[in-house]
Amino acid sequence: MSDRIRIRNASKHFGTLEAVRNASFSVAKGEVVLVIGPSGSGKSTLLRCVNRLENLTSGEIYIDEDCVTDPHADIRKIREEVGMVFQSFNLFPHLSALGNIILAPRTVKKMERHEAEELGRALLERVGLADKISAYPDQLSGGQQQRVAIARALAMNPKVMLFDEPTSALDPEMIKEVLDVMVDLAREGMTMLVVSHEMGFARAAAHKVVFMDNGEVIETGHPDIIFKTPREERTQRFLDHIL
Amino acid sequence: MAEIKKAKIDVSDGALIPEKEDKGAFSAWRISFFGALALIVLLPIVSPDPFWRILKFLPDGVLRTFQVTVMSIVLSLVVGLFTGLGRISRIRAVNRIATVYVEVIRGIPLLVQLFYIYYAMGKIVQVPRITAAVTAMTVCYGAYMGEIFRAGIQSISKGQMEAALALGLTRTQAMWKVILPQTFKVILPPVGNEFIALLKDSSLVSILAVSDLLRRGREFASRTFYYFETYTIVALVYLVMTLFFSRLVALMEERLDKRER
Repeated sequence: MSDRIRIRNASKHFGTLEAVRNASFSVAKGEVVLVIGPSGSGKSTLLRCVNRLENLTSGEIYIDEDCVTDPHADIRKIREEVGMVFQSFNLFPHLSALGNIILAPRTVKKMERHEAEELGRALLERVGLADKISAYPDQLSGGQQQRVAIARALAMNPKVMLFDEPTSALDPEMIKEVLDVMVDLAREGMTMLVVSHEMGFARAAAHKVVFMDNGEVIETGHPDIIFKTPREERTQRFLDHIL
Repeated sequence: MAEIKKAKIDVSDGALIPEKEDKGAFSAWRISFFGALALIVLLPIVSPDPFWRILKFLPDGVLRTFQVTVMSIVLSLVVGLFTGLGRISRIRAVNRIATVYVEVIRGIPLLVQLFYIYYAMGKIVQVPRITAAVTAMTVCYGAYMGEIFRAGIQSISKGQMEAALALGLTRTQAMWKVILPQTFKVILPPVGNEFIALLKDSSLVSILAVSDLLRRGREFASRTFYYFETYTIVALVYLVMTLFFSRLVALMEERLDKRER
């Protein structure tokens, strides 16, 4: 099995705080990996190190053959192929839904306007928002904004998608519309690394669950095993809280 | 220099921008604006000599005042943009240069800067007075504009830059395509305020014998000895101009707010 993302002995310190300690795991091509754990367990920090929005203190992260953590790596080039979806959406408020989606293809890939717009239209249709093409972010609900954000990331045709608690800022009735898009994406074979506690998504799409606590990877395994018969007591305690 | 981040920036001594609630028939703005306007109209009618003569003498000065103000504000916006970018630059040397510029300029009175630039430039090349005046105003206001741009850029949430970087944009592309377009909206009110402050400060250029509104008034008064009457009109004309622009800024702000909805 070929690994798309390999995280090796990753550690991240903020001053004296050890946010991530010696974490290692990998995500195979087409695999959907869900990272769970209490807040402050370092899962978001680790995810942000994968496209180097944060720098690791020590350890390595590879995406295919590219070493993300190498200071000489062309990180911008690597980021083109790593889509990211944020908890707070981070849509560009001065641009329409379509404008948000075509910005990167136009700016980074120098795509022709009509070509980019066609791509944008197709992506909006894919996330079920064909009618919102010229809507601005503040005219969209949270769930709609997050779907536009997913479309925006997909516009760069990434080989990996990172999701940083994509539904945590959403009202309950909007969570499903976002998860449906993510499940579809998983079924189409996208490699996904997802920080989330959505059990519905875990059951429907995750191939592997990583449980983190206190900056460490406590255990890794198939969702059925982690959720029903975890080996570690800490995992069980955490699951008792959220299930 | 730790300043608290906020979306609304307030760094200026331009003018009181009218609040939206301040809309009654007898709002402070209306009383001042229409009061001043009424005096400008009524005084020449009631006593044409000297008020009508004064009023006829001033338009050239008003134009010159506008000319200096508009040229200075446009140029100081450009200087301010790059100063603001310099102030947040990660390149140490650039950052230092921008910061030193801001610190030095903010520590020297504008009037001193005017003299300094006029006579310093005069040592090398003889430039027209108006060029020296606009240069001094630009250098001075560029520093203040730089602080407005810096605060404006820093008021945009960090997630915007991160989202742009995550898409593969360079830091520069992200700045020009994502951050700055949002910044312009945030800084419009303080920039409007600086415009008004600059309009008032432009009266200082009369010291270089640039025949702006104040200078024209002085010329008229020293010829006719109508000091009190002339400076009354000069003050009223300045007041009408600044109040007019403060209302304009408020309207633009309102319109931007509406478009956001």
